[in-house]
Amino acid sequence: MSSTTQTIVAARTFGSEQVSNLRRRHAYGRVFEALGLAAIMIGLLFLVVLLFDVIVDGLPWLRPQLFTEFPSRFAERSGMRSALQGTFWMMLITAAIAFPLGVSAAIYLEEYISRDHWYARIIEINISNLAGVPSIIYGLLGLGLFVRYMGLGRSLLAGALTMALLVLPIIIVAAREALRAVPSSQRQAAYALGATRWQVTRDHVLPSAMSGILTGVILALSRAIGETAPLITIGALTYIAFDLRSPLDIFTVMPIQIFNWISLPQREFSALAAAGIVVLMVVLLTMNSLAIIMRQRMRKQW
Amino acid sequence: MTVVNSTPAIESRQLNIYYGKFHAVRDVNLSIERNKITAMIGPSGCGKSTVLRCFNRMNDLIPIARTEGEVLFNGQNIYADTVDPVQVRRHVGMVFQKPNPFPKSIYENIAWGAKINGFVGNMDELVEESLRDAALWDEVKDKLHQSALGLSGGQQQRLCIARTIAVKPDIILMDEPCSALDPIATLKIEDLMRELVENYTIIIVTHNMQQAARVSDYTAFFMVDDSRTGHLMEFGPTKELFTKPKHKQTEDYITGRFG
Repeated sequence: MSSTTQTIVAARTFGSEQVSNLRRRHAYGRVFEALGLAAIMIGLLFLVVLLFDVIVDGLPWLRPQLFTEFPSRFAERSGMRSALQGTFWMMLITAAIAFPLGVSAAIYLEEYISRDHWYARIIEINISNLAGVPSIIYGLLGLGLFVRYMGLGRSLLAGALTMALLVLPIIIVAAREALRAVPSSQRQAAYALGATRWQVTRDHVLPSAMSGILTGVILALSRAIGETAPLITIGALTYIAFDLRSPLDIFTVMPIQIFNWISLPQREFSALAAAGIVVLMVVLLTMNSLAIIMRQRMRKQW
Repeated sequence: MTVVNSTPAIESRQLNIYYGKFHAVRDVNLSIERNKITAMIGPSGCGKSTVLRCFNRMNDLIPIARTEGEVLFNGQNIYADTVDPVQVRRHVGMVFQKPNPFPKSIYENIAWGAKINGFVGNMDELVEESLRDAALWDEVKDKLHQSALGLSGGQQQRLCIARTIAVKPDIILMDEPCSALDPIATLKIEDLMRELVENYTIIIVTHNMQQAARVSDYTAFFMVDDSRTGHLMEFGPTKELFTKPKHKQTEDYITGRFG
């Protein structure tokens, strides 16, 4: 049916005044739809341009040496072997520290104290604030506490501890959300069987919330993986030409290596940096996809 | 009030329950006889579920809830300082309004409660026995290790009953256990209750007066006053309460004249 016949039929049935009004309302709807689409396109466009630009520049340098060689004065001999190692180990240690701490804190806040309790509220506000603190501030804290006071020096461990502090609030917030999503009927059922709080949490609440918690942890870590400022603040080096052997070794990570290459005058190094960005991006996208897959799994379970 | 011959299974004395400043239930004196089904009926907001949840201290999970008075179980006040609510719930089990099996296998649903309570016997036997007692065994015996969420609503509710009796409580509290079920599933649960009452004491909250009349031995009728505080209006053998109620309000409610 053409829209004119439609209008005529509608006008005959419902009266013409209402029909013209309806047409206007639909028009408003379409305008908003177009605006929304445009808003999405602007964001996407920049991402595509950025990706395209980086890939074009970096593609020739995405060669095996990028992964196997240490950085060098000569671009052709340069790779990000030490940065990859640094990033890998730092993420591992950060996760090992931040995951148990963050999840325990979230369990305490969600399961052990009442949400309306005054000090639960204070903690809640503070954690949300911490999640918004600029990362360089964490760097300064790490410098003062881990590097100087605890005497860890500019080591991988100091970096990982700083990163753990940085992602802790994000993990706590995400884990709390995941715990809150577990239906209270599950808790009630378990309590009614004579379970203690810990038994309820360990056997029912945590397993149900785990995929949501892991999703949050991965997203938090994927934020940490791209962080540069706090690590530069604690004095992570840019030129490391040996393999990491202990957590107390000095270290570098991918974003620092990329930053270093970009700041060099030779053009080859900026292309090398582009290749580094591509690698970092692939790692990030992999981590985010992993998070999405986990979330999907959680939905299926219920 | 009815004279009960044996010592009651559970008994409340001057029970008052508050949610914050709100006085939810006032002065409930209720004595539940062993191996009988006691139904608690009354209009919405009359506090019957609140009273039910006092019998296994589930109200403790609500931070603002406060209880005054006594609830005597085997002569012991379960609200005494020395009593751990966890212990109480092990002896006074509960089946909820909406079937809430754990998102685990049928087997694990039954076994978990026994496991955490330190059960050391043959778990397979306990699972089978509990499922048989809950009239569910024949329907699930071939899929014990499949998800409990794959069962129908009625089956899930019977699984929840099986899960409750697996820890061998003395009393089973049922909070509108059939309100989410169709009439056939409801009938099955009611038949099951009549069987279970041989070994257990059952207290059921229901909005369905026919159900109360069909299954229960005793009925407690709760009313709510002008300040929205619930109280026990009338309590007695179900037959008496339904045929010759002592109070006008009871009669109005059970004949459906009450809004």
